[in-house]
Amino acid sequence: MSYYAGIDVGSLTAEAVLIDKDRNIAAYAILPTGNNSQKAGTDAFRTALGQAGLAEADVSRVFSTGYSRARVLQAEDSKTEIACHAKGAFYFFPHVGTIIDIGGQDSKAILVGKEGRVINFAMNDKCAAGTGRFLEVMAGALDVPLDKMDDLALGSKEELTISSTCTVFAESEVVSLISQGKAPADICLAVSRAIARRTAGLVTRVGVADSLVMTGGVAKNRAVVKILSKDVGHLIKVPKEPQIIGALGAALFAREENGR
Amino acid sequence: MTEFKAFSKMKELMTNYYIEAKTTKEKPIAWITSGAPVEFLFAMDIIPIYPENYAAMCAANHQSIELMEAAEAAGFSQDICAYARTDFGAAMTQGGPAGGLPPPHFLLCSTNICKTVIKWYEVLARNYNVPLFIVDTPFLHNGLTKDLIDYTVTQFIALESFLGNFLGRPFDRDRLTKVLSLSREAADYWKKILYLGKTIPSPFNSLDSFIHLGPIVTLRGTRECVDYYKLLYEEVAERAQKKIGSISEERYRVLWDNLPIWFKMRRLERFFEEKKCTLVVTTYANSWGGLSNFQANEMSDPYELFAASYLNVYINWGFENRIKYLSQLIDDFSLTGFIMHSNRSCKPYSVGMYCLQGEVSKLTGKPGVIIEADQNDPRVYSDAQVETRLEAFIESMEPVS
Repeated sequence: MSYYAGIDVGSLTAEAVLIDKDRNIAAYAILPTGNNSQKAGTDAFRTALGQAGLAEADVSRVFSTGYSRARVLQAEDSKTEIACHAKGAFYFFPHVGTIIDIGGQDSKAILVGKEGRVINFAMNDKCAAGTGRFLEVMAGALDVPLDKMDDLALGSKEELTISSTCTVFAESEVVSLISQGKAPADICLAVSRAIARRTAGLVTRVGVADSLVMTGGVAKNRAVVKILSKDVGHLIKVPKEPQIIGALGAALFAREENGR
Repeated sequence: MTEFKAFSKMKELMTNYYIEAKTTKEKPIAWITSGAPVEFLFAMDIIPIYPENYAAMCAANHQSIELMEAAEAAGFSQDICAYARTDFGAAMTQGGPAGGLPPPHFLLCSTNICKTVIKWYEVLARNYNVPLFIVDTPFLHNGLTKDLIDYTVTQFIALESFLGNFLGRPFDRDRLTKVLSLSREAADYWKKILYLGKTIPSPFNSLDSFIHLGPIVTLRGTRECVDYYKLLYEEVAERAQKKIGSISEERYRVLWDNLPIWFKMRRLERFFEEKKCTLVVTTYANSWGGLSNFQANEMSDPYELFAASYLNVYINWGFENRIKYLSQLIDDFSLTGFIMHSNRSCKPYSVGMYCLQGEVSKLTGKPGVIIEADQNDPRVYSDAQVETRLEAFIESMEPVS
């Protein structure tokens, strides 16, 4: 039986997705990228293979995506994460119009047309403010686990503001709020609001379609998604595992395209 | 870059120009902005020196960082133009190719390319203790008008007396007319070369135009400059006729807006070649070709003509005209999309870019992308970020049919 794989090696995490010839997801893996992006890609791929009980030989074609896409050894070809997120989001939500992806060091809004084809996109400028890394730094400053930030934020009682979207300045704002004795829950909400505000600008730039989907690691933060939905005036849907959408898109491209 | 036989001729021309400037005992040296009316200088046998051109050379030779750091250490903010910082640093350290520029006897600055060059040139005037002449060219919010031309002409007349007084001999108007005609002839060849880019595949791409830009910026108004572009024109025309493209396979044809990223020329060249994407036309290189739109004839007043041509440069236009021009280029050159370089150094070129992108896309139906970079400062550039955006943009274009 023939399988296809997509490997997405980003700045913070590496993902691999295996699909069968009928486009069903057979397995996936998410690992931290660490300091060796090539190894991270290979490890994610092997972990996914192990879960599915498959060998490399069962996979007919591998495509890569993400910042280290050119360094993935197993990949026959690569696609940008913009195309892959569009493709992957379209797989789960065929009516999707606008995709918001916030990864480790990029945030983007993608307007898609038929078949998940990219019509327009906008990305953060050089600065990585409002990305996954931003959230990670704030979690560090607050000494709160990354995946607990949204629970805390949603229980916030007091409205606080973090005015800077620059990671460095925002971190010092967080530190000064801590020193004022503000509750971590309230600071978490302020952090989420800062990310949502910055992202909403990107979304407006490409255009808000009726159906919005959010992908990437930050989509796991329910507080950010909730505030962003309010800011753009539409409900934002999130796939069950938003982090693998890029790798899934790459796997779908691998299945569709003939190798070079 | 595409190989042209004329290239060695250009190297010779530029080398001789710098050697003469560095060694001359008789001719005065004037430092001048890239869009200033250099013809007045050639008419009086003054050698023009272009700090902008030299700064670009520093960056292309990967020498700009240390020079900018020297300027920053002396107190110049990282937010000012990287060309200015590079030149300040070169003057302070005697660094950069050929050990710096020959010092100026006076300065000529025109604001048609940037309103902040005045501050740059005021610093130079203080540092070298030399006179500064400013040609104030107002911004064309709503196109060229008679008032704006008249206002600029008065300054040219003043420039003549300034030069006459400075040199102690009367300004030579007959000579100016001859220089002007040579300048227009060179600009005309340059424009014809750039417009051969309409051929599919394009025989001469924008990276080529950045490389071959030197003489039209520095030597327009000389016979050598005309001869050089005639030679290059013939070579490019032959390639166009034989349908030889500047890259091996051309699937995408795009416009480049704003200055080159001088320190990334080679890497970007490889990148675009690999993606089968030709940078066909640029608003930047076109600026010098635009001077040929104002050809001298017996009927015209050369001063008004001068004023009109130097006011009417892309970067001195209001948004409506920029939008029209960009859209026109996209249609005329059969382009599949456009790239806008949001240049940290060059605010007048980059302001309003997101609006421009939206309007031009709406008018032409072609996708555009904005990349954040700098003409001369590698410290504010990220390969991965820029290339990801460019790649995604290329993926979203429909290839040439």
